[in-house]
Amino acid sequence: MTWKAEVDGGRCMASGMCAGIAPDLFVLDDERARPLSEEVPEEERVLDVADSCPAMAITIVDGGATVVGPRP
Amino acid sequence: MTTAETTPIAYPFNDPEGLDLSGAYEEARHRPGLVRVRLRYGEPAWLATRYADARLVLGDRRFSRAEALNRDTPRQGEGQMDGGILSMDPPDHTRLRTLVAKAFTVHQVEKLRPYVRELTHSLLDELEAAGPPADLVDRYALPIPVAVICRLLGVPEEDRPKFRVWSDAALSTSSLTAAEWERNREELRAYMARLVQEHREAPRDDIMTSLIEARDQGDRLSELELVDLCVGILVAGHETTATQIPNFVMVLLDHPDELRRLREEPELIKGSVEELMRFVPLGVGASQARYATEDIEVGGTLVRAGEPVLVAVGSANRDALRFDEPGRLNVARPATQHLGFGHGVHHCLGAPLARLELQEALGALIGRFPNLHLAGDVVWKDQMLVRGPRVMPVGW
Ligand code: HEM
Ligand code: SF4
Repeated sequence: MTWKAEVDGGRCMASGMCAGIAPDLFVLDDERARPLSEEVPEEERVLDVADSCPAMAITIVDGGATVVGPRP
Repeated sequence: MTTAETTPIAYPFNDPEGLDLSGAYEEARHRPGLVRVRLRYGEPAWLATRYADARLVLGDRRFSRAEALNRDTPRQGEGQMDGGILSMDPPDHTRLRTLVAKAFTVHQVEKLRPYVRELTHSLLDELEAAGPPADLVDRYALPIPVAVICRLLGVPEEDRPKFRVWSDAALSTSSLTAAEWERNREELRAYMARLVQEHREAPRDDIMTSLIEARDQGDRLSELELVDLCVGILVAGHETTATQIPNFVMVLLDHPDELRRLREEPELIKGSVEELMRFVPLGVGASQARYATEDIEVGGTLVRAGEPVLVAVGSANRDALRFDEPGRLNVARPATQHLGFGHGVHHCLGAPLARLELQEALGALIGRFPNLHLAGDVVWKDQMLVRGPRVMPVGW
């Protein structure tokens, strides 16, 4: 099972946090980050990334399109 | 390619008084490779001065902060800054950071804006009532971030004189011996440990209480990590912001056209805070050393596994390859990704909060006093990691 990750380019402030925590899943281009692949593994680490984003720019949704990250 | 055999040059370059960026940086940015430097204490290091190199070193997981704990790390004071979130690598760093990250997101912090605004206005009322001249640092720049971080963390504001001394020493590069530095840190830890105990007995709605829950119920951090994280947030949470407020005012007074423009177009305040963060080289020297965990090429130098690299953020922020007219202050500069809050996993935890405080503090001050000016000699901080006025008399 996988989740889906999305980065809101309008909010991202290129802090480099996501690519720092999970370089296998997120990359930082010049001005904004993006997931390397939309599909991300169902791991705690992925939720950690979404929780850590200072801009709240990362959303993780599960197979049923329910938002699982960032956690409330 | 440059090699490690080059004789290291003395660092830091910046004059501790004033906010100028040493000309040595511009030269360094134009020369290929990294610069070999030596600080007063610790092993020699590479220095990165260009924007792209800075972002690589700060953002790439192959560079470690934790390795500094095993090393005689390059530093300006004898005491070793160890422990704390800034000396950790993922996944340990992620574990601690996620416990507090939520409290400092843009969304969360924005809720504090009305409170911060009220705070700035009541401080300005007090200034006006007392009449000029007044010390901007003591009467305005310090009370704002102190009140905010105390409230968020759950530290009594009345203790400000106590922790001011400790946190000054924690950021000091001065004559403190390693033993004195150590003693100071232990006092600050003991103070925080007492507060943690009080919060355990009487939980409140603050960050300390939520960290205690994460420890006692989730076992997600150790007691020492808990105490050090609170210490880190308290120290980092007020000193830098309190220093940047007068710095920004100094720079704007030095650039009357930009100040006038900002007064006429107050909607530029958010962007101008970003521009001032870029423009003001806050640090005397560079950020804490990063250690290469494997051989990595940075800007034409092969950094060998185990070698430390320092990042001169103030220099990277003036890199002409990244910014047009980098030496010019332009309050209307379009959004830029400056590195004033660092980059990568250690990107400033409090950046959204610092931004909000700076926007409110600056906006309220220049709005209230159209004739704001210096009214006496500025006394500069001395032997601190950050530069800025210690005393700044102003009139209006
Ligand atoms: C204008 C004010 C501020 C400036 C210029 C600033 C700058 C920085 C920089 C450059 C770093 C990265 C250091 C490095 O990577 O070596 C950092 C980290 C940090 N800052 Fe700030 N900061 C400011 C305000 C704050 C505030 C208000 C807080 C309150 C919570 C804070 C808490 C922290 C913490 C805890 C870290 C370490 C983060 C980590 O290691 O993950 N800072 N800051
Ligand atoms: S953590 Fe958030 S703000 Fe930082 S680079 Fe990733 S998406 Fe952008």
